[in-house]
Amino acid sequence: MTEVRISLVGYGVVGHGVVEVLERKRQLMGEIGLDLTLVSVTDHTGTYLAPDGVVAKDILDHRTLEGVANSDMAAREVFGSIDCDLVVEVTPTNIVHGQPGLGHMVDALSMGKHVVTSNKGPLVVDYRRLKDLARKNDVALKFEATVGGTMPLISLIERTLVGNTILGIRGIFNGTCNYILTRMAEEKYPYNHALTEAQELGYAEADPSYDVEGVDTAGKVAILANSIFDMDVKYGDVEVTGITGITPESLILAHKRGYAVKLIGEVPALTVKPMLVPLGSPLAVGSTLNAAAIYTDLSGTITVTGLGAGRIETASAILSDIVSIYRGNHVDAQRS
Amino acid sequence: MRLSMDLEMEDKPGQLLMALEPLREQKGNIISVLHHRDKKTPRGTIPVRVILEMDRSRLETVKGQLQANGIMVVRAGEERFLEEITVLLVGHVLDRDLGDTVHQIDSTGFAEVVDLSLSMPGIDEPSSAYLRIRATGKDEIQKAMSILRQVCVQKDLLVIEPIEADEP
Ligand SMILES: NC(=O)c1ccc[n+]([C@@H]2O[C@H](COP(=O)([O-])OP(=O)(O)OC[C@H]3O[C@@H](n4cnc5c(N)ncnc54)[C@H](OP(=O)(O)O)[C@@H]3O)[C@@H](O)[C@H]2O)c1
Repeated sequence: MTEVRISLVGYGVVGHGVVEVLERKRQLMGEIGLDLTLVSVTDHTGTYLAPDGVVAKDILDHRTLEGVANSDMAAREVFGSIDCDLVVEVTPTNIVHGQPGLGHMVDALSMGKHVVTSNKGPLVVDYRRLKDLARKNDVALKFEATVGGTMPLISLIERTLVGNTILGIRGIFNGTCNYILTRMAEEKYPYNHALTEAQELGYAEADPSYDVEGVDTAGKVAILANSIFDMDVKYGDVEVTGITGITPESLILAHKRGYAVKLIGEVPALTVKPMLVPLGSPLAVGSTLNAAAIYTDLSGTITVTGLGAGRIETASAILSDIVSIYRGNHVDAQRS
Repeated sequence: MRLSMDLEMEDKPGQLLMALEPLREQKGNIISVLHHRDKKTPRGTIPVRVILEMDRSRLETVKGQLQANGIMVVRAGEERFLEEITVLLVGHVLDRDLGDTVHQIDSTGFAEVVDLSLSMPGIDEPSSAYLRIRATGKDEIQKAMSILRQVCVQKDLLVIEPIEADEP
């Protein structure tokens, strides 16, 4: 049995999901030879330390660690003072400066700890540096959950499709936009109405601009460009058009001619814009689904779809990343 | 009648003039010349596509003269619109002179708008237009699209292009 001692940084929606999923999958993980032990949880208010393993029910009902934390250590001090092998970083995304996640990841990698994350910011802002740090310290940096949530994309390309040259990737990487466009097309709702509905259902934030103006998708495009296409780009290198100008009439017009309109991110073209997708295309998924078409030289076009966000779904992508570090070899350490 | 000719010529100065002269002599009205300098053939020649209005009966004479001038005629005949693309425009499509938008494509000679439908929800509200554009080839489609994109930037219209048009 391999014991993996995990520190969790960030205890919001995804952080709670990670705690829950680690608990639920304990036995299954044991069957494949992994003893995944959560030894610390850190948020803004402090840290909950449990050297013998966090008991999920002791903290899951608390929205934050306020009143539960038994230490006031910040993430960096936690990594330096307790015995842990792997850091799960799930603090809020900032694609301009990458903080606080960037600092957490630099600290963790420098101290020789694997990092698994759903936080796009640091990977958009400073991918090269993080990757180099991981390589230098012979640890893994895994971030499947940052692009397309639970939809397997990066691991599919790095493992299953290895040997293929990837010619390009196009996809729907934002469930909020896809939900809004789907509802506008189905119900002939004006944009604002569909947005309000998405907000009421919890699919869109109170300030939706990050999603609907294509910023989130552009961040994902930058991550794919850096990781799959070995480019060195930032958010500003992506040409972005969001969905706020789309009208229900235009969607009806498109539909009559056999098309759906989707917000499509594309690499290595580095564009995000609404595009016409044939209704029969595997990319024409509805609701909050994400989808990606991978264009390869040997395998033709491969399309994957899946839920792009959600507490448990995102935690599931994080769990897969953790398992892949210990089951396979270190992809990072091997890739030159 | 509108004709198109695919020519190949050597990569040296003056060649294009040698090719266009016989066309003018035969009262051909040249609509467009696409000089594919970037697509040199293995023979080292440069492909050129000329689209012109001319009486078809003069075609054989023109071909003879071109060959005499050392220009290879690969194909000549009625112009065919072989490629097609659909696009959606959203915004104040009508107010920003839709006629002009269409004209900018049609006046290229190598592309034209063959289908157009409009949706106008109400005065002052953004309208949308569905356009089908045909052109003589894939490159011409791309050229027509870049013209359309430019026009739409000026007119502040959103251009929604089909995903299948240029797969990576
Ligand atoms: N939600 C999804 O479905 C989803 C899907 C894919 C990716 N993601 C990404 O995953 C990350 C987490 O998302 P989320 O929805 O869980 O966000 P969230 O609910 O806002 O949670 C963020 C957590 O990070 C904590 N935090 C902030 N600054 C910190 C610091 N300096 N040190 C330690 N903890 C800090 C916050 O603590 P306080 O509450 O004390 O401030 C909070 O617990 C984001 O980067 C997001 O983009 C989310």
